[in-house]
Amino acid sequence: MSPIVKKKGEKFTLPSKYLLFILTILCTGMVLLTFNTTVFSGPLSAVAGYVVVPFEEGISAVGSWLSGRSEELASIRVLLTENEALKQKVDELTIENTRLQQDRYELTNLRQLYNLDTQYDEYEKTGARIIAKDSGNWFYSFVINKGAADGIAVDMNVMAGSGLVGRVVAVGPNWAKVKSIIADDSNVSAMVLASSDNLVVSGNLKLYNSGVIEFGQLIDSDNVVVEGDKIVTSNISDKFLPGILIGYVNTINSDANNLTKSGYITPAVDFEHLEEVLVIMEMKQTVEE
Amino acid sequence: MKRGIITALLILICFLLQCTVFRFLAFGGIVPNLLIVLTASFGFMRGEKTGLIIGFFCGLLVDIFFASVIGYYALLYMYIGYMNGKFSSIFYPQDIKLPVALILCSDFFYGTICYVILFLLRSRFDFMYYLLHIILPEIVYTIVVTLLLYPLVLWINNRLERSELRSGKKFV
Repeated sequence: MSPIVKKKGEKFTLPSKYLLFILTILCTGMVLLTFNTTVFSGPLSAVAGYVVVPFEEGISAVGSWLSGRSEELASIRVLLTENEALKQKVDELTIENTRLQQDRYELTNLRQLYNLDTQYDEYEKTGARIIAKDSGNWFYSFVINKGAADGIAVDMNVMAGSGLVGRVVAVGPNWAKVKSIIADDSNVSAMVLASSDNLVVSGNLKLYNSGVIEFGQLIDSDNVVVEGDKIVTSNISDKFLPGILIGYVNTINSDANNLTKSGYITPAVDFEHLEEVLVIMEMKQTVEE
Repeated sequence: MKRGIITALLILICFLLQCTVFRFLAFGGIVPNLLIVLTASFGFMRGEKTGLIIGFFCGLLVDIFFASVIGYYALLYMYIGYMNGKFSSIFYPQDIKLPVALILCSDFFYGTICYVILFLLRSRFDFMYYLLHIILPEIVYTIVVTLLLYPLVLWINNRLERSELRSGKKFV
């Protein structure tokens, strides 16, 4: 039976297998086009931004409020017993607090020496709220409620607290997509703060539940890198500003080739309870090719 | 026209639920795949063409917000919708077994293809791990949600079909 034969009096409709064929070619074309360019992302993300983002903002505000309330309810019983114990502790701590305040002056001095936090302060940052997370279970990316209209651009770095979260990979007028450093397809060039040895930090889906991320290709012939060392973004990275804290070395092993080392890093950011992030408005200076 | 608007709203609502509300209800970080439920059920309720069009738009929405290339998820969801449409001839609204089985297969297909294209090709070879920790939990959660969402989609479809019959319009 020919698919284009008209049934009695019916107006012409495209048979589904032809439609499938046409759309398949369209999709394949778009995949190939958007693999290296950003042709469609402009108009598409603008349309999607105005339709979807307002809802997402509302729902996620309500959702985070609700989940906050439910957590509160669940923890009330625990809190009551805890309250008793805590009251006793308050007295102990007041005494300790006075002592600690002295320590704090020392800490401030040491931080200045370390020069790490002051380095962050130099960057201009803007706060943004996470309004949607990846719809699938394979990768860890999310959408924030600020976009090109707020001055956000692709490749800007995203932090939460003092640690690196990821970078902006797509922007719409009022939203931006952030790919986190724990996503399975993410690789970050990093270095050990103490010894300036370079390494590569990569996300791994298998390690999500254990709360660590992988690192590899660390050349440490002098065996100076130890567990607990700070890992920061390296100064040779294309996309990431130097000196942003990624995490701390958790385990370290020698590779089979006896030249490089690999292991796990505990990230400085709690990715499970991420709600607000800071976007650094400055971009890494790169050499024009 | 009415059908178009209501379907578009359904897609939008499911997408929004999936990436906001269900993120707070995730078990072990796994969210159910509402868009698969929607695509598959319109596939076997309305036929290949509706299935593939709805799949295309569901996938496109995911592509714009969460994929690194545009068109990958659109293609995947579209084929799922089309394949489910093949079963529209043996679909009866009273029967819940066929829809559940089809949605289960669709989600398994979706998970496996995602693994092969997004993970296997980057030399992540441990299929059993991803099967047990990502694909199967997602299927189980999706089936649970299907039992709630599918009757709703069926009811909406029935209402639409009745109102289309009443207004004397021809339906495809």
